[in-house]
Amino acid sequence: MVILAAVALFLIVKAMPAIVANWQTPDLAGGTTAGHSTFWGYVGPLIWGTVWISAIALVIGAPIAVGIALFISHYSPRRLAGVLGYLVDLLAAVPSVVFGLWGIFVIRPFLLPLEQWLNTHLNWIPLFSGPPTSTGSTVLAGAVVLAVMILPIISSISREIFLQTPRLHEEAALALGATKWETIRLAVFPYARSGVVSAILLGLGRALGETMAIALIISPSPKVWLTILTDTQNSQTIAANLALNFPESNPLQREALIGTGLMLFVISLAVNFAARGILTRTGRGTSKRKLRREGVVLVPGASPIVVSETALSATEPGSPADHAAREALS
Amino acid sequence: MTTAVTRPTRPRPQGNSLTSGQLPRFFELYALLGSLAVVAGVFMLMGFNVVGWLVLSAIVDLVAVGVFASIVENRRRATDRVVRGIVVLAFLLAFIPLVSTLGTVIVRGIGALNWTFISQSSGSRFDPATLVVTTTQGALHSIVGTLEITGIAALMSVPVGLLTAIYLVEYAQPTQWMSRTVTLLVDVMTGIPSIVAGLFAFSLFTIIVGPKAFSGFSASVALSVLMIPIVVRSSEEMLKLVSSELREASYALGVTKFATITRIVLPTAIAGLVTGIMLAIARVIGETAPIFIAASFTNDFNGNPFNGPQSTLAVQAYASYKFPGTDIAASTASAWGAALLLVLLVVILNLIARIVARIFAPKGLR
Repeated sequence: MVILAAVALFLIVKAMPAIVANWQTPDLAGGTTAGHSTFWGYVGPLIWGTVWISAIALVIGAPIAVGIALFISHYSPRRLAGVLGYLVDLLAAVPSVVFGLWGIFVIRPFLLPLEQWLNTHLNWIPLFSGPPTSTGSTVLAGAVVLAVMILPIISSISREIFLQTPRLHEEAALALGATKWETIRLAVFPYARSGVVSAILLGLGRALGETMAIALIISPSPKVWLTILTDTQNSQTIAANLALNFPESNPLQREALIGTGLMLFVISLAVNFAARGILTRTGRGTSKRKLRREGVVLVPGASPIVVSETALSATEPGSPADHAAREALS
Repeated sequence: MTTAVTRPTRPRPQGNSLTSGQLPRFFELYALLGSLAVVAGVFMLMGFNVVGWLVLSAIVDLVAVGVFASIVENRRRATDRVVRGIVVLAFLLAFIPLVSTLGTVIVRGIGALNWTFISQSSGSRFDPATLVVTTTQGALHSIVGTLEITGIAALMSVPVGLLTAIYLVEYAQPTQWMSRTVTLLVDVMTGIPSIVAGLFAFSLFTIIVGPKAFSGFSASVALSVLMIPIVVRSSEEMLKLVSSELREASYALGVTKFATITRIVLPTAIAGLVTGIMLAIARVIGETAPIFIAASFTNDFNGNPFNGPQSTLAVQAYASYKFPGTDIAASTASAWGAALLLVLLVVILNLIARIVARIFAPKGLR
């Protein structure tokens, strides 16, 4: 696939002039790139913002997503599991710009009282310090929307992996008198750990590149900020910075922006490689070959129909995984 | 693993009945109702607040279940019950955004959506006689743009994606370095941030065409970068489902490999292939950032995808809100209208995918 190489090549070609350029030239002295002496001085805070906001989103979203996956695979009535999974996957089908608008009109006012309360009472924690917000365009609001957007990815992959736990392991644990939670902790989690970790990494990859929600919600000030509850001290992500500044830049500034895009590309490539690497390298039955054979579709937002039909017919009939899948879907 | 489970628990006084030392069957339901009522009572005294009521009830419920279960039963069971409560809560939590998003889009978008909105483009017209500028809000230019850009992207990526999948399943050995590399690259490509794809298309076209390279076609290129890996993955899974007995039977009759693929494998997998392609289209149709970068945005009608900026519904939803015209309320309304149209499109595509999967479902495969 030449395209991946082509993407990297063209980005490098277009970004090089800005990276090596003298940042005191008039072209770069105004507009979005004003006040930075080098390319790295410009992109550094943006990288920080990207990683920081994605990390907050992950902290909020990942536990909930794993909880959802666990509910669908082990707690919900078998008959409902398929439908519930489909509904959660519907979240993946909602376009990101719709989430952005929803974040502005619903999440921002919804979180505002909480943010002001945290700001007043827990001011001594660096996270919550800073001048209080009045509009709600905070990092926290953006991160909550991001968390919602990465829920379906993490939960659909984790769900498939939870369902593949060998039935015999679970039955053995139950037969020894373990409660449901102990069964999950002893049989399901060890088996699914690597899969869940890579699911979370894939979710992180999605969060890193997400543009619209952040561009619409957060009112940015591209510096390194720790605060998440203010209007004026918000970090900015690479993607949102691009979307906001790209239309009104001159050619050299555009090249600088493309350079930041290149950084984003490198970061998300690294995260994705790590996720795939974990999936491939683990020997505990969740190797990628096996995953693929058993029909786990790792495409974000893939159809639950595809997933379920694949899971049904790709496993050997009568095997534990097949049994579990049939039970889950019937 | 077994040592932790079989650890003997502290001996408890044995009652006569089998059910001693257990909470009643629907205890969790009672606890939930009880905590809802108690918290409602507390809130009545200090002002009612639906969100606070639900959140506090959930916490009180979890604590109550934990305390009661550890008194009546034992610690292990208490943990089990509390974890069950947390998992159910996490699940319910996921439904709030889904319902709330769809509800907001429908409620706010329905007001903007009418026939004039669909059938005219946005823009301002200056009337020299009266010196009045009239601004109209419409989505026609975006609808046309969406269909053209996505259509061209699909035309480009479906053949490439399908052929790659056929290569991976039918021709390549799984252990061969080439097929492993392609698989890895496809996997990694699914993770490309969409805005980077837009930048790629933009840089490609500025190098070829020169500056001001905004065009619908450039956006299509960006979308197909995003779409190809999705198509490859879903088609690959579908082709793998075709049982190898069918292929072997065909080969045994002396049929060539090409004929086997076109006459046997593809017709068997057609439902899954079409479903996968539909879902891939539904996924890229909602992309905003790459189109925004590669095709810029416009309020004017532009039916030619190879020249000049084009707008799509997603871009219109973004641009009308972020860069509103003189009438801010009308711009925002048009953003919601475009968003609702977009959601409708995605839902329709998903439905088509499901129906196709039903109609063409291969018989006798399982």
